[in-house]
Amino acid sequence: MSEAVIKCESVYKIFGENAKKMLQEANGNVDAKTFQDNGCIVGVNNASFEVAKGEMLVVMGLSGSGKSTLLRCISRLTEATGGKIFIEGQDLLQLNNKELIDLRRNKMGMVFQSFALLPHKTVVENIAFPLQIKGIKVEESIGKAMEMVKLVGLDGRENYFPRELSGGQQQRVGIARSLAVEPDIWFLDEPFSALDPLIRKEMQDEFLRLQEQLKKTIMFITHDFDEALKLADRIAIMKDGLIEQLDTPAKIVLNPATEYVRKFTEEVPREKVLLIEDVMDKATDSVGDLKVLKDEVIENVAEKILTQEKTVGVIDDKNNLIGSINPSKIINTVFGGRRNGN
Amino acid sequence: MEILKKYPKLFQWLFLLLVFFGLCFAIDVPETYKFIRGQAEFVKDPNQSTYVFLGKEVRYYAFDVFWRLPPLLGWLPIWINDSLFFLMNEWMPLEFWNEDTQEFKTRPLLLEVSRKLTFFMTFLIELIREILIGGINTIVTFTGWDWISDNPWAELPGLPWTIVTAGAVLLSYHLSGKGLALFAGLTMVYISIFGQWKPSMQTLSFILVAAPLSFIFGLGLGIAAFRNKRVEKALYPILLVMQTMPQYAVLVPAMVLFGVGDHAAVIITMVVAIPPMILLTILGLRAVPPEVIEAGKMSGCNNWQLMFKVLIPTARRDILIGVNQVIMVCFSMAVISAFIAAKGLGYNLLLALNRLDIGLALEAGLCISLIAILLDKMSLAWANKQEDYFGNLTFIQRNKNILFFVGTVIVGILLAYIGTYLFKGTHNYLFEVPHNKGISTADFWNRGVDWIFDTFFVYIKAFNTWLIQDVLQPMRALYLRMPAIATIVLVVGAGYLIGGIRSALIVCGLTLFIALSPWWDRALVTTYMATFGVIVSCTIGFIVGTLSFQNKHSASFMLGVCDIFQTFPSFVYLIPVMMLFGITDTSVLIAVIVYATIPATRYTIEGLRSVPAGLHDAATMSGVNKFQRLTKIEFPLAFPHMMLGINQTIVFALFMVIIGAFIGTEDLGQYILKALSDKNGAGIGLTLGVCVAFIALIFDNLIRSWVEKRKKHLGIA
Repeated sequence: MSEAVIKCESVYKIFGENAKKMLQEANGNVDAKTFQDNGCIVGVNNASFEVAKGEMLVVMGLSGSGKSTLLRCISRLTEATGGKIFIEGQDLLQLNNKELIDLRRNKMGMVFQSFALLPHKTVVENIAFPLQIKGIKVEESIGKAMEMVKLVGLDGRENYFPRELSGGQQQRVGIARSLAVEPDIWFLDEPFSALDPLIRKEMQDEFLRLQEQLKKTIMFITHDFDEALKLADRIAIMKDGLIEQLDTPAKIVLNPATEYVRKFTEEVPREKVLLIEDVMDKATDSVGDLKVLKDEVIENVAEKILTQEKTVGVIDDKNNLIGSINPSKIINTVFGGRRNGN
Repeated sequence: MEILKKYPKLFQWLFLLLVFFGLCFAIDVPETYKFIRGQAEFVKDPNQSTYVFLGKEVRYYAFDVFWRLPPLLGWLPIWINDSLFFLMNEWMPLEFWNEDTQEFKTRPLLLEVSRKLTFFMTFLIELIREILIGGINTIVTFTGWDWISDNPWAELPGLPWTIVTAGAVLLSYHLSGKGLALFAGLTMVYISIFGQWKPSMQTLSFILVAAPLSFIFGLGLGIAAFRNKRVEKALYPILLVMQTMPQYAVLVPAMVLFGVGDHAAVIITMVVAIPPMILLTILGLRAVPPEVIEAGKMSGCNNWQLMFKVLIPTARRDILIGVNQVIMVCFSMAVISAFIAAKGLGYNLLLALNRLDIGLALEAGLCISLIAILLDKMSLAWANKQEDYFGNLTFIQRNKNILFFVGTVIVGILLAYIGTYLFKGTHNYLFEVPHNKGISTADFWNRGVDWIFDTFFVYIKAFNTWLIQDVLQPMRALYLRMPAIATIVLVVGAGYLIGGIRSALIVCGLTLFIALSPWWDRALVTTYMATFGVIVSCTIGFIVGTLSFQNKHSASFMLGVCDIFQTFPSFVYLIPVMMLFGITDTSVLIAVIVYATIPATRYTIEGLRSVPAGLHDAATMSGVNKFQRLTKIEFPLAFPHMMLGINQTIVFALFMVIIGAFIGTEDLGQYILKALSDKNGAGIGLTLGVCVAFIALIFDNLIRSWVEKRKKHLGIA
């Protein structure tokens, strides 16, 4: 794995007047309750993690869990109370105002839950806005913005005003705007939460298509566990400012670290989330004729496997046999240990 | 005891009233007390007591301190006045180069600043005025009188009325559509035909200078307050006082600083118009969604870009509503500043009222009201205007209004040119209809007034006598009968019961200021007139509002009527009442009632409207009839908002009571008017204004505290 693009070391965000002082006195042992009694609210509590280049980290949590606060610390829309944040090795909290603005103009893009479009500018002007702020000439920025309009599929509507668009279309503008400066790091703060379920699904698919194409380093915030499973390379689950578990979707579903995480995983249709690789055995002897790819989602090959009586071989994309899977294992994974708490 | 526990507040209030009335009965009226001689009338009388503070001698009639407090603040107006004179005439003398005499001259700094400001303002006003109606002063500024007499052709010709009218029509059409365009056309044609063109354009030029300047300063200060908490904290109390201070009162210090004339009027109008602009700017900027600000920051905006490219455009509507407010204040001041000799319709109106020429006053008043309504509607339309999809429009379609205007300018000039041949030897009516050549309806109105007087004199007189003898004078006597200590106990007690200790302290401070000023008696009279007006206004407003709320159309209609009435400059209300009731207290009170009924009605309707539709439906499904729904659901929920209406009603009533001094009342307003013609009046005028503002702020504090509590209780904060 190459060097981390985003790196957090013990990041704290505490709201309240004496936040800094209290944090120092707590000496790394922050308890939300004691802080609250002293008039401080703990937003983010000791968050440490890394996001690699091209990786999509989804931060999932219910409202008030501190997920948006964490994102705002990393984009420095709010100042973290303690800890260190590195963006491509640069110490974010040491940047002065000018350097910060430079970083945002060139490296960062952000999409907001309520779209946050400028009401007085048209679609194309909204998208060109970050470019013009950078000082790029009007014609050039409009030309670039038009490419973005096409990328998100809004051609023909570039001269509409935001209020003349539907929610889904407005968020497409928001996405296009955040991509206009071709940032390396892409922050998305619950981008699809304000949309209807059908539109949301459509936008998620669209988003995956875009990411396939662009390969950005992404931090994606959501309160929807299914959305997190669908999109994430890794998921961080937050509660009361603490990261409860940070892992790949499969590992979270198979091995929830805490009771809180387990509650989310209970209702998850595992056959849609887990890959063959996640449940296979390492043993490669006495496999039958059927071979399946390790990256296959269980749901897609379950029927094939279940009609076999013998153990099925698992291969990688270079056709090497790397493991095996027994039909009973499939049944066990999908139906086993649901109700009685595994 | 059960009852006591169940309604603790009720008993606290009863106890307060008991103490109040107890004090009233316990303290007798001193034998020497007479209203007119009051506390300090600045006449020397051996019976007076004196004290000296800061070298200023204050004389007053001493009474028992429970009855009337001694005017311990009596030195304040004199001191303010002296300080102002010192600042103006002696403070920091510096050397300034004088162009005319070609030598250095020593002048106090403030005087020089005032001169420079005066020069600049006068230039701006003259420039706009001469674009509208022609003149030579602007050219003189750049050249000199000698040059003008050598070149008699050099004169700004002024725009023909046809072009100004066409411009107004096109602008209205662009902003709102056919309706407003028609109204604009009719207004301008009316002004022209009835010979009011010149004073109207003078007033307009005054507003075209005062409004933009107020806008710029208000916006700037609003931004500063938004960005810096400390600036806001410093500005807030000043804004509060300015919003409740009668506009009359600010005229006096302005006169001392800037003299009389249009320039002083513009400066003083700015002082009055900037506070609402600041408030609306802050409000608008606060209302920008935080995510939009974050989006701006993440786009890499620096502070300047964030403010001017993100925040202000997003808050556009609120800021433009501020512009609307500024324009309305400017109109109001355009009339009032006629007292310091600002030219225009206001001046004509004031002259006509002074001569009791009701017909002329009515014409001028109608003109100024029409222009005010027009500009009000135009600025509102501007605020609400939104652009639509324009991708399919050609250049001509996009700019057709500008092209049209260019066309009309050419046609207008041609018409005016043709006019010079058409009306040879007489006035060129296609250029301008002179003041005395228009159609005048003054005689008609005057005859009408005479007729009304002749026909209804007996009834009007009877009503007048009844009102004054049986209602007003007893009420006034009751107010004056209150010992000062009783009043203070009542007000502070109410403050404590409603808003707790903080509220009580604020209210106590405000009341003490008035009680320690030399004008406590006058303040009581002001309060009595205002209370009478407020009670009647609220009753009328409440009934009218409730009735018109029963039907959607009548409610909208009534709000529209309120809008229009509110647009009239306050002074205009005096014309019809003087027509009917002559120069009496009744006239003032009726003007107060009409004026103050506007907010009472408006807030009643708005309050009732603000009741959520869901509750409305829920009530209907519970099977209530209309009356039950009104009393059980709508009134309780709408009441907090309606109380804010009462707050506004009080402010409006106080304003009108003070303006009513023009007709002749014996309250604070009378003294403000006196101060206007007194060259040592600045301190007095200012202190009096603050007294009136404090009366309003006492009620404001009580009502607001109550409303906030109530809203929290109802969960509609």
